[in-house]
Amino acid sequence: MLELGEDEKAKYPFMADAGKYLKEQGFTLEQFGTDPDLIPIVEKAYTRIHAACEMNKDYESEIIQNQVSNTGSLPREVFSFLLSIVLLKLTGIPTLARRFALSESMRAEGFLTKDLKNISSDENELPIKIIEDLFSIKIKKQGDFFIIPVVDYIKHSVHFHEREWKLVNRHVENGFVYLKADKMVRLFRIELGKYINSKISSGKKPSMIPGFEDIVERLISYSKKFQSSFVTTGEYPPCIKHAIEVLEKGENLPHSGRFMLATFLLSKEQSVEQIAPLFKNAPDYNERVTLYQLNHLAGTSGSGTQYSCPSCEKLNTQNLCFATSECDNIINPLQFGKKRK
Amino acid sequence: MQAAEINFLEDSFKKYYFEHFDLIRVPERTSEREFGYQKFNSGMTRHIQIKDDKELHLLFMQNVPSDVYCSNAYYTFPNLPMNEKDWKGADLIFDIDAKDLNLPCREIHTVSICNECNNVSKNSIQCSKCNSTKLEKKSLPCKNCIDASKTEVLKLSEVLVDDLAVTKENIQVYFSGNEGFHVYVYNSQFQEIGSRERSELADYISLRGAIPETFGMRKFKQDRTAFPDFDEKGWQGRFAKQVFGSKSKRSKIITELLANSYSSFQKTLDNVSENIGVKIDPNVTIDIHRIFRLPGSINSKSGLVKIFCENLFKFDPYVEASFLNNDSVEVIANCPIEFKLKNKKFGPYNNEKVSIPTFAAVYMICKKLAKIA
Repeated sequence: MLELGEDEKAKYPFMADAGKYLKEQGFTLEQFGTDPDLIPIVEKAYTRIHAACEMNKDYESEIIQNQVSNTGSLPREVFSFLLSIVLLKLTGIPTLARRFALSESMRAEGFLTKDLKNISSDENELPIKIIEDLFSIKIKKQGDFFIIPVVDYIKHSVHFHEREWKLVNRHVENGFVYLKADKMVRLFRIELGKYINSKISSGKKPSMIPGFEDIVERLISYSKKFQSSFVTTGEYPPCIKHAIEVLEKGENLPHSGRFMLATFLLSKEQSVEQIAPLFKNAPDYNERVTLYQLNHLAGTSGSGTQYSCPSCEKLNTQNLCFATSECDNIINPLQFGKKRK
Repeated sequence: MQAAEINFLEDSFKKYYFEHFDLIRVPERTSEREFGYQKFNSGMTRHIQIKDDKELHLLFMQNVPSDVYCSNAYYTFPNLPMNEKDWKGADLIFDIDAKDLNLPCREIHTVSICNECNNVSKNSIQCSKCNSTKLEKKSLPCKNCIDASKTEVLKLSEVLVDDLAVTKENIQVYFSGNEGFHVYVYNSQFQEIGSRERSELADYISLRGAIPETFGMRKFKQDRTAFPDFDEKGWQGRFAKQVFGSKSKRSKIITELLANSYSSFQKTLDNVSENIGVKIDPNVTIDIHRIFRLPGSINSKSGLVKIFCENLFKFDPYVEASFLNNDSVEVIANCPIEFKLKNKKFGPYNNEKVSIPTFAAVYMICKKLAKIA
């Protein structure tokens, strides 16, 4: 494990070995439930989770100008993170854990960006090593930029939906993508969130710690806020409407378009027998082949794999996307017309 | 296709395979690839594992296939069903096809064959004889089609080498056997990436999805210095060369671009993308389970061979990919378009009985424009 300095432990507490740190400081978890001097740190952990879930900044961090503000603030910063993990484990609600992980990753992102901006060109500097340690990716500083191999960039950027992140919108040269420090760190936000989430979900749920019951109850009741339901309009998205129009006109819909239409309708609970007639007008229609292929997509024949409707991004690449304002930034046609109640 | 044509094609193909085994070689990592083949008027047989050249040649002799395919992917168990194969990686493949290049010549050498009455006409909307709209289009690509496809291959190679650090030795170009080229990339950093990542590469190579900001145009806080320089690497440099024309015009054109709206810049960008983006078929590149025509095998859409292009510049598919014999054969040809094979002109034929060399007869029969007399 990477050797971290005092400031780094506070800024990147998820990288610290939690058990080892508690032991080194001479504390047990049970003490935090009963010791009046330590109870405020549990309360601080609650605030940290709450602030994370609200996506606001009411959690008062004791890191000022990228450094811990005083000697007492380091353990409070690390303890409140570790206790947050314990509380989330005890609460056992994935939504809270996910929101906490995302917020903490964004917080760490801010620190890592500043640290990265401050380095010279030494590859062994800590921020570069943190990225290498967490994500097994070697980045290098080159002038005002940081460079990352194209293959590593796209493995991460495919999770972003903003067009800015498409490879075509980056400077690419000699097998590397050139990024400023903030973009480089932003690239890893999702993975960082997953890493923190894995810290919460790994290992078994601990038994309740005396003194933590009340805060855990508060978190459970707070989490109800995030339960939601959806209503759907039942209208087809423009890509599906277009595909149906093409078939109705007897024109040729490419294989990828047929795949999209069939998987979309199968996901909308339509049966193979209901879908097959749609393809009757295709210039190369063959009933036996159509039924075979539909059953294959539905998973009722062949390997049993049920194929899912491609993402909007993939459909765009395949020239099958005809987005309108009604699409409202959805990322898969199946989400069309779905609104939170 | 009727039995007489199938027998003739099978005989001609078999002869070629018997005499040209030297051209059909198993690819590297043979036993990790999936092979497949088709026979005339029959479905696809795939999920086949092959060990070496001998086994492959046996497949050709036993089955006399119309088409033979091999995966670009490597699997632990290539002979098992798709979800049990255990995908390990795949060569990067690009398909450049003349039909995707929107060439004006295409209309001239494309015919429609009616699925209902087999009438051949140049009417692309409905059959001139029975009015059916179920038409199958067949194109006999011309020199212009091949030259335009070659230009795309060269553009692709430049992006692969300069931007994506693929070495020239790891790029192999094959004539597809019909209307274009297949470009294989071996041993690159991209061997193990999945379909979504390959889709990003495809978009990059075809300059798709670019936003004005990437090339210096902003909605607010406009900045002249943000526009790319003439000598810049990557798409920024290519954009500058295309839009500015010369270094001396850069400043004047930036002033014009800034004076126009952001949305007008997006239109400029779309035009640039159409002109300088590489016209690859994205579906081919993003499919990591596809089987591709095997180099050295005959393409049953044309009777020409998928062949390695050692010198792309000089390559003439209608001479170098036509391997069938010169034995004369009588056919009833209904081919309204003139074509050239092995430096000899054929057609146009108007439903007439002609005696022509096997290679030309196969070409027309494969295009459904002739029958055995």
